[in-house]
Amino acid sequence: MSEYNAPLRDMKFVLQELAGLDQVVQLPGCEEATPDLVDAILEEAGKFAAGVLSPLNVVGDEHGVVLENDVVKTAPGWIAAYKQFVDGGWNALACPTDHGGQGLPRLVSTLVEEMWNSANISFTLCPMLTRGAIEAIELRGSAALKDAYLPKMVSGEWTGTMNLTESQAGSDLAAVRTRAVPQGDGTYKVFGQKIFITYGDHDMTDNVIHLVLGRTPDAPEGVKGISLFVVPKFVLKADGTPGARNDVHCVSVEHKLGIHASPTCVLAFGDHGGAIGYVVGEENRGLEYMFIMMNAARFAVGVEGIGLSERAYQRAREYARDRVQGTELGIKGGGKVPIIRHPDVRRMLLLMKSQTEAMRAVACVVGAATDAARCHPDEAVRKENQAFVDLMIPIVKGWSTENAIDIASLGVQIHGGMGFIEETGAAQYLRDARITAIYEGTTGIQANDLIGRKIAREGGQTIKALIGVMRKVEAELGKQSDAELTAIRKSFAAGLNALEESVNYIVATYASQVQLASVGAVPFLKLFGVVAGGWQMARAALASKKHLDAGTSETAFYKTKITTARFYADHVLSQAMSLSYAVVNGAEATTAIADEQF
Amino acid sequence: MKILVPVKRVVDYNVKVRVKSDQTGMETANVKMSANPFDEIAIEEAVRLREAGIATEVIAISCGVTACQETLRTALAIGADRAILVETDAELQPLAVAKILKAIADKEGPGLIIAGKQAIDDDSNQTGQMTAALLGWPQATFASKVTIADGKAQVTREVDGGLETLSINLPAVITTDLRLNEPRYATLPNIMKAKKKPFEIIKVADLGVDITPRLKTIKVSEPPKRTAGVMVPDVATLVAKLRSEAKVI
Repeated sequence: MSEYNAPLRDMKFVLQELAGLDQVVQLPGCEEATPDLVDAILEEAGKFAAGVLSPLNVVGDEHGVVLENDVVKTAPGWIAAYKQFVDGGWNALACPTDHGGQGLPRLVSTLVEEMWNSANISFTLCPMLTRGAIEAIELRGSAALKDAYLPKMVSGEWTGTMNLTESQAGSDLAAVRTRAVPQGDGTYKVFGQKIFITYGDHDMTDNVIHLVLGRTPDAPEGVKGISLFVVPKFVLKADGTPGARNDVHCVSVEHKLGIHASPTCVLAFGDHGGAIGYVVGEENRGLEYMFIMMNAARFAVGVEGIGLSERAYQRAREYARDRVQGTELGIKGGGKVPIIRHPDVRRMLLLMKSQTEAMRAVACVVGAATDAARCHPDEAVRKENQAFVDLMIPIVKGWSTENAIDIASLGVQIHGGMGFIEETGAAQYLRDARITAIYEGTTGIQANDLIGRKIAREGGQTIKALIGVMRKVEAELGKQSDAELTAIRKSFAAGLNALEESVNYIVATYASQVQLASVGAVPFLKLFGVVAGGWQMARAALASKKHLDAGTSETAFYKTKITTARFYADHVLSQAMSLSYAVVNGAEATTAIADEQF
Repeated sequence: MKILVPVKRVVDYNVKVRVKSDQTGMETANVKMSANPFDEIAIEEAVRLREAGIATEVIAISCGVTACQETLRTALAIGADRAILVETDAELQPLAVAKILKAIADKEGPGLIIAGKQAIDDDSNQTGQMTAALLGWPQATFASKVTIADGKAQVTREVDGGLETLSINLPAVITTDLRLNEPRYATLPNIMKAKKKPFEIIKVADLGVDITPRLKTIKVSEPPKRTAGVMVPDVATLVAKLRSEAKVI
């Protein structure tokens, strides 16, 4: 079985040529992230991902988790690996420095997290959820809450969870029914049942800190009456160590299509008198706090998609090199060849490779903008970057995860019948990838957020400015005479026109005919993703050309980059026109058909 | 006691190496490079001795091109206290490295040199032995267990017939075998601290040692391709073939 190898060279390329690590390192608070340190971090993280997390991926998939005597037991090896992860200090990488974090830029953590996800997404979900919980407490928690919980959560000695969903409240959180009754001493008693709680219980740490959405008795109806509570699995004693068992229990774990080793729990709060909880920030503002954290969570899920895509590609590539089957097309009397010689297999591999690289580049560019939006000294620059990040989050989340499913599916396809057999490992990536387009907001929800809040509400201002930036890259390509760059330009220009046409349509129709505009929301999200990926691949091709012209010892690497960008332009960017057609013309039938005609 | 640990930058063990088309050597351009695995074991052992309070300082040293800095950074991240790069673009053979190590040992006065038993690129298995000879120190090679006490090192060695245990006086040179330890993964705080640790770069010319190669590589070529095996009908044929064709019995 092939092992995971972190794609360090491509990561370095993205950092230097596309995402601007040299600029991020100049931001106040990001000074530590010098290129040599970032190289060292990626190198060592790659070793840890390959050596510790990756070998447990299949083990976790096969064993899953078991609820036994009120504790969820993780798969064999999980406890030791988690301890190694925490001892290695990896949990603290992107956490704020106030409570023991390393405070490294998002640009760096994006790539490290891609590696964790490539190696073992089920494992990675635990620290990811912990980070979300840390962020909530950090943002709005009282000083007492921060001091009590953050140091252990930043180190990873305790993990965190996010308790949003209830059976009647999925995408619609206004329907949350969990009750929180004030006890008059500043604490609350929480009652209710939450479902789909990732790492809601496990045996890896001696406490689990739940963040729970609920309503106080006199809260207003709907979204304005939801508060956020901290509910620890073990209530802390006066000395800050875990004490009495709190009244929150895992009552079952779900059987799922993928991410088997990540416990998805049904949690019961208050079945035995009430779970002790502490409010985060002010009452009734819980959903608002959740929204502040939403960008980070959605971004992280997008990175899951990128990690899985990379892993699926690596495995398919190895298989295509090893598997000998058939003779080469058009060559008479030749011997048997590995399937990587077959044109359709090459096409599939390039679809996997080019889109994965495009997704990585887009995510890193957005990651760098997140750092600028947080740290840049100039408020105007912060705002501009924040607008770009807000616009791009649905792309990083929706586009990367939808692609991940297709890419993992191509990985299975390249394996042929063997891909359908679990032993080859290709199927696991497809099963694991499927959830990423669902949780933290389905693709439909991302797309609605994109066309509504991010585009129509501001008359398309940010996206039109971005198209202007992309046009400059197109103009740059226009100055090149090289055949490959010319071909890239042709496709990129057509893609930009298609994107512009769709943006104009959405801005014109959203306010008056929201139903029509919304039919095209997901095709539009994909269209935008495809063009954004094309933008980064075009930049990659230009940067590579520059190195080749200047003379380089890495001719093969840069040539491959240009060829990959060319393939992306021909096979992926070329989809922009049909997607735009669907956005602009595709609504009629969807609204015309009656419910009973389905 | 200081411990000096030489670390060599070699082609990563995951890379499938290829012979250069002109057969002058191996293709190393744009190939992933890493610390020699046996040297990582040496660093790990030295760091454990420091953690146990037996050593006071671990100095990692590499000889070669500027990029060896990356390799030394790995050593610092595992836990070495400081690093020395003896910089040169020239080809370095084991004797040259041994001379450099002697010069550095004369300067630093370590109580122990722990080296990898061999590098996975040229598999020479000479540097440790030559260094001991030049310094006039005892040597214990292929160590699978090291205990330091009372100015002596007790070293269990992996030899063909089994295990041999030596007691040698310090200062000494020990070379590591695969089973001596399992190197740790560098922790994030240590990777970040590594950047701030002392890092000295010395030009090889400043050491005044003669690093002229004594061996000349004439040609490097791929091993012959293995041919397919044959099925033999019975043991008698097998024995006959082993005797007459393979001439091994």
